[in-house]
Amino acid sequence: MYRYDTYDQTLVNERVAQFRGQMERYLAGQISDAEFLPLRVQNGLYIQRYAPMLRIAVPYGMLGSYQLRKLADIASQYDRGYGHFTTRTNIQLNWPKLEEVPDILAELASVQMHSIQTSGNDIRNTTTDQFAGVAKDEVEDPRPWCELIRQWTTFHPEFAYLPRKFKIAMTGASQDRAAIQVHDIGLRLWHNAAGELRVCVLAGGGLGRTPVIGDVVCEDLPWQHLLTYIEAIVRVYNQFGRRDNKFKARIKILVKALGIEEFRRRVEDEWAHLKDGPQTLSSEVVDAVRRHFVDPERRPVSDVAIEQFEALRLSDRAFARFVTNNVTDHKVPGYKAITLSLKRRDYAPGDITAEQMHEVADLADEYSFGKLRVTHEQNLVLSDVPVDRLEELWRRLDELGMANPTVGTLADLICCPGGDYCALANAKSIPIAQAIQARFEDLDFLYDLGPLDLNISGCMNACGHHHVGHIGILGVDKKGEEYYQVSLGGSQGDETSLGKILGPSFYSEDVPGVIDKVLQVYVDQRHAEEPFIDTYRRIGIKPFKEHVYA
Amino acid sequence: MHNDVPNASQSGAQILRKSGRVEANPWHLSLDGDALPNQRPAIVPLALWQASPRSDRLAPLLDSDVELSQELARELRAAPLVAIRFPVFTDGRGYTLARLLRERYALDGEIRAVGDVLIDQLFYMARCGFDAFDLRDDQLIENAIKALDTFSLSYQSVVDIPEPLFTRRLRESAAKRREVDSVPSC
Repeated sequence: MYRYDTYDQTLVNERVAQFRGQMERYLAGQISDAEFLPLRVQNGLYIQRYAPMLRIAVPYGMLGSYQLRKLADIASQYDRGYGHFTTRTNIQLNWPKLEEVPDILAELASVQMHSIQTSGNDIRNTTTDQFAGVAKDEVEDPRPWCELIRQWTTFHPEFAYLPRKFKIAMTGASQDRAAIQVHDIGLRLWHNAAGELRVCVLAGGGLGRTPVIGDVVCEDLPWQHLLTYIEAIVRVYNQFGRRDNKFKARIKILVKALGIEEFRRRVEDEWAHLKDGPQTLSSEVVDAVRRHFVDPERRPVSDVAIEQFEALRLSDRAFARFVTNNVTDHKVPGYKAITLSLKRRDYAPGDITAEQMHEVADLADEYSFGKLRVTHEQNLVLSDVPVDRLEELWRRLDELGMANPTVGTLADLICCPGGDYCALANAKSIPIAQAIQARFEDLDFLYDLGPLDLNISGCMNACGHHHVGHIGILGVDKKGEEYYQVSLGGSQGDETSLGKILGPSFYSEDVPGVIDKVLQVYVDQRHAEEPFIDTYRRIGIKPFKEHVYA
Repeated sequence: MHNDVPNASQSGAQILRKSGRVEANPWHLSLDGDALPNQRPAIVPLALWQASPRSDRLAPLLDSDVELSQELARELRAAPLVAIRFPVFTDGRGYTLARLLRERYALDGEIRAVGDVLIDQLFYMARCGFDAFDLRDDQLIENAIKALDTFSLSYQSVVDIPEPLFTRRLRESAAKRREVDSVPSC
C-alpha cells in the first residue's frame, strides 16, 4: 500500500487546516451557502435530506486494517455507528455533525486518509480492479499508476472548477473489472508486441442521465506520457465543455458534439505542447511508486495443503458454494482473494457497522497482511489468503454474517443510498433492494440463475449504475409518486452495453414480481449453461416485454 | 443604452498581489464593449482594446471563453496588464487561460483576476499564473492574504512550481544518498 511521506502528510494536514478555516468563516456568516457549497463538496461534505453526509476517499479502493479501525472509531464517535461503501469505492457517513467535520478530517489525516475531491466539479477518486496486484490475468499492476494519478489530481489548481465532475478508471488486466468504458476517462494498461507498456485511453463514457460508452482517443500511448495526455484531455474539457446546462456538461456530451475525430485532434494539439514536459514520467519515478506496492512476503503453501483445500471443496457443499462465488484465483498458487459480501439481510447494500469494521480489520490482519480492498460492487476483498487458512476464515466470516456465498448472483445487487438519505433521489432504492433480496433468497435458485447483475439507482444520476446492470432499476418520480423503471441487457466489463427500457414503470410493491417474471422468461428460454445476459442478447427484449406486461 | 450599467466601475479600491502585498488600485474596469470610458488607466473588453491605440494606460479584459492564439498573445504581451474575468467563481476556464498565457505564450506581465474573485479560489489562481487579484468588494482582505499561503507545496508542475513533486523527491533522495556516500568510512 502507498504510505505517505512527509510531503503527502503535510498536504493533507494543510487541507484540514484550510477546511477548518473555511468552516469557521461559514459558521460566522462570512461565506454564503452558495459559495460554501463547492468548498464543502470538494471535501466530500454534502447537506443531505436529513443530515449532512461525509464521503471519505478510499483511493483506488485500497484500505489498510489500521485505516478501517479508524473509520470504525469515527463512525462510533461522530456518527451513528455505521458506514456505507459506495460504487466509487469510497465510504460515506450519513449522520456527521457539520461543525465536527473538520475534526473528522483531522482524525482521517492521522491514518493517511482524507475526503479530498470526493465530490464537486473536479477530478474524483480513481477506481481500479479490486484484484489489482493479485489477479491472474494481470498484465501490469495498475496501483502505482493510480497513485501517480491520485497525486496529479490532488489539488490540481487548473481543474477544480470543471464544467462537471470527472471520473477516471483504470485496469491492468485482460478482463476489465473496473468498468473503464463508462468513465469520463478509461485507461487500460497493455503490452505491445515488443513487450513495451502502453496505455489505451478512452474518453467520453459515463452513466447518469445520458449513458454513453467511451471512445478510444489513443490506443497505444507510451506510459511516460500518461499524465501529460490526461492533462490535455481535461484541459480540452475545461475549455470547451458546456457550462450553460448542468445536464449537458459532462465530457461525454462534448465528445459527442465534436465527434471523436475532432475531439482527438484538439487533445493531440494540446498534448503537443505538454508532451515531454516536466510531468513526463521516467522509470525512476514509476519505480519509486512501485516500491510501495511490492508483494507481501507470502509463505509458500504446500501442495498437500492445496490438495486438502480441493478435497474439502468436493466434500463440503456449503464451502464449495462459498469458494465458487466468493473466492477468486490468485497469481500465486496456494493463495486466493476472498470477497466479503456486504449484501446482507437487514442491512442496506454496502453498509457495515463500526463493530463489523473492527472485526473485518482483525481478519485482514490475521489472514491477509492487513490489507483490504473496496469493490465498486460495494463489497470488501481480502486479497492474499493462503488456501490452508481459507476454511477457518470462511467459518469466521460466517459467524460475522459476511460469508453470504452470493457474490456475482442476483443477491449481490448494487444499490445507491436513494431516497432514504440522498437529497437528489427521486425514489427510495434500499427498500427495493431488500424486497428483491427477500424474494430471491433460495441459494439453489440463485445459483441456478448464474451470474446476474442487478443494479438499482434512486435517480438518473445513476450512482447505482443501473444502465450497466443485466437488470437495471431506476427510481422515477411521477407527480410526487415513486415509480420504478426496469431495463434489461446492460453489462459492464469487456462487453459493455447499456440496458434497454422494458416499458412503462411499476409501483414499488410490484418490482419483485416483475423481476420474477423476467427471470421466468430467462429460465424458459435459456440454452444449457447460458448466462442471463447471453440469453437476452440472443432473444432480445420482446419476449420479456410480452410476459411482463401480459 | 446602459440599462445594466455595464460601464460602471467594477474594480475595487485595492488590489492584492500574489506576494500578499495590498496596493491601491488605480485601474478602472469597464465592461462596455462599445466605447472607451473617460477614466484612465482603464481595463476594457478585448475587442475594444484591440481597436484602440496602444497605451500603457489601457489594458485588455479577457472573457473566460476567449480562444488564445500566437497572434493574440503577441498583442497581449504589449499590454500593461492582462485581466481575466471570472463571470462567476465556478467558471474554471480562467485558470486554463492564465496557465496558457504563462506557459505557452510567455506572457511575463501582470495577469489580474477580476469579477467574481473570492478568497477561497486565490491559492489555485496564484498557482496558475495570476499575480494580482481584484477581489469582490465583500471579501475580507486579511483572510485573502492568509489564503495565499494555504499549501506549502504541491504535487503538480504548474506555473509557480515547475518541478513536479515526484521529481523533487528523486532529486532529494539522490542528494541524501550522495551525502551518505561522502561520509568517510573508517
